[in-house]
Amino acid sequence: MSSLSGRTAVAGIGATEFSKESGRSELQLAAEAVFAALDDAGLSPSDVDGMVTYTQDSNDEIAVAREVGIGDLSFFSRVHYGGGAACGTVLHAAMAVATGAAEVVVCYRAFNERSGRRFGQPNARLSGEPSSQGLEMSWHVPYGLITPAAWVAMFARRYMHQYGVTSEDFGRVAVAMRRHASTNPAAWFYGRPITLAEHQASKWIVDPLHLLDCCQESDGAVALVVTAAERARDLRRSPAVIAAAAQGSGSGQMMMTSYYRDDMSGLPEMGVVGRKLWEKSGLSPSEIQTAIIYDHFTPFVLNQLEELGFCGHGEAKDFIQNGGIEIDGHLPVNPHGGQLGEAYIHGMNGIAEAVRQIRGTAVNQVAGVQNVLVTAGTGVPTSGLILSQG
Amino acid sequence: MTELRDHLMALADKAVAAGDGPRHPAPHPVNAIMTSHWTEAMGDRNPAYTGQDAVAPPAMIQVWSMEGLSRDPAKEFRRAMDDVFDALDQSGYTGVVATNCEHTYHRYLSMGEELTSSTRMLDMVGPKRTALGEGYFVTWNVTWFSGDEPVAEMMFRLLKFQPLRPVEKVKREPYPLTPAVNGDTRFFWDGVRQGELRIQKCGACGELRHPPGPVCPSCRSAERTHIVAGGTGTVYSYVVHHHPAVPGRETPFVVAVVELPEGVRMVGNIVQYPIEDVYVGMPVRVTYQEMDDELTLPMWVPIQEAV
Repeated sequence: MSSLSGRTAVAGIGATEFSKESGRSELQLAAEAVFAALDDAGLSPSDVDGMVTYTQDSNDEIAVAREVGIGDLSFFSRVHYGGGAACGTVLHAAMAVATGAAEVVVCYRAFNERSGRRFGQPNARLSGEPSSQGLEMSWHVPYGLITPAAWVAMFARRYMHQYGVTSEDFGRVAVAMRRHASTNPAAWFYGRPITLAEHQASKWIVDPLHLLDCCQESDGAVALVVTAAERARDLRRSPAVIAAAAQGSGSGQMMMTSYYRDDMSGLPEMGVVGRKLWEKSGLSPSEIQTAIIYDHFTPFVLNQLEELGFCGHGEAKDFIQNGGIEIDGHLPVNPHGGQLGEAYIHGMNGIAEAVRQIRGTAVNQVAGVQNVLVTAGTGVPTSGLILSQG
Repeated sequence: MTELRDHLMALADKAVAAGDGPRHPAPHPVNAIMTSHWTEAMGDRNPAYTGQDAVAPPAMIQVWSMEGLSRDPAKEFRRAMDDVFDALDQSGYTGVVATNCEHTYHRYLSMGEELTSSTRMLDMVGPKRTALGEGYFVTWNVTWFSGDEPVAEMMFRLLKFQPLRPVEKVKREPYPLTPAVNGDTRFFWDGVRQGELRIQKCGACGELRHPPGPVCPSCRSAERTHIVAGGTGTVYSYVVHHHPAVPGRETPFVVAVVELPEGVRMVGNIVQYPIEDVYVGMPVRVTYQEMDDELTLPMWVPIQEAV
């Protein structure tokens, strides 16, 4: 069977502004981002024949197609599990292109996550229906374990206990992301870096997580255009070649509450993704110049560095010391400021940043970028991506 | 109505007029064993109540004339006011609640003193409307004697009332965070309602599993049973929820992953304990909390380590 590696590329990226109140519908945001991505690629809506989004997106593919003027679609698909879908949308698009199911696929994510339905607020309906997920939530929601911060905090406490990690270690991630965002005009926290002391002084959300351990809530949309690498080379922009893309779910997997596995101090689903990415791309961690690590909550950045093999288990706290993941560190992570600093667009804005880093057009450009690793939402079944020059 | 009142009042007047009743001997003399039990139960460590020249705690006075649990009907004595109580019961004033009790002690009692007691009805007032229902307040006095010397007195008042017709049980505000339940999970929720913490057990291979599911992942059997957990565990991880507000909950509150000695983990709240003292590895035991008329949740309280 032929490999997917190198056969497809991200040819265009587009986004709306990132805000706390977009003032327009989610469908309009989606349409704007798709237009921007197509313009960026130098393609027209009539070139698009495939669309992929998240199961959580409220805009149907056909609705976006109608707004944008996309005609016939021969491929449409949705990826499940919240923000874990991000890189999965690119995997689905790449597979469709590589197999001839479609030629130009648009991936998009659009929401008013701050001015509309906020994921950070308790939603008693999570355990309302006896679906498999509703039943899963029913072991947690009745006890008030109902917000993403709380679900992650439970993992974080165990991780701290097991490896001697401290809240200040989590704080170093927040400081790095806010430092990067402070020089990114598109970031909500542009011009607003923080200190470790400010992190420590910020209020408890769910102990052991402070406010500054939690990503923001944002309104906005991001879209990507995926097509054959060969075709992408003839388009307006230099292509970001998809060296590898993978989804991952681990044994005993749940949505945010995989507390029943033997070991609660890791993210085995990201281990699955990492192994696939290295195997399919033929690359190793030392060949990654910058990484986009999903940062809805700081602790899981540490877990991901470990699961992906950038360091050993329990070693991430040392890996991030002394600005290790800052723009001038040994592995710059989220040069755009991540979801803690730029915006929370469910990981899709991170993929766009990876494309800019490959193109050499990022505001906080890392020198000599050949390969960028991107991850998607954690604590849930997830996905990952390696984009390369070419 | 007036007729009934007149009848009851006449009986009361008669009982009051009867004055002091006969002196009944206490079943046991004032003694060290009873004193020791009483002070232990009350947590009273006054040294005056132990040793060679011990005296009895004055508040124990009523204990000395108590009959014990297995009363001998032949030895039962009737007080003048018992006619009043019988009439009240027969007239529907079946409810009883004590409202006042005042002791007066004339001196300390020494071990070995033999007491008698005598009862005198003081008055009856009513009928009065009360929150419990319409009723009569009956007041009497008991005097304890050592020989002929009065050593203590008690004024006691109670309300005999007609219980209001039992009101429809007030429905509690429904707890907003309800679990979804189906045939695969109902046994667990039925269990907690009965004060049992149930763990699914495979009917074929015996494997324990929580959270439960319809098919045993070890042997594919859909035959399900359960065991009742011993009810202890240790905190494997925990969080303290501060923000945002959670419906049905007061913040901050603690949620923990508890590891059970049976080999499974469960999520639940740690309650009745200072939040800042919770730690990973803390031993806990299960308790149950009714959240509303339908839902009971298992909760965890610390097992206090020996000091």
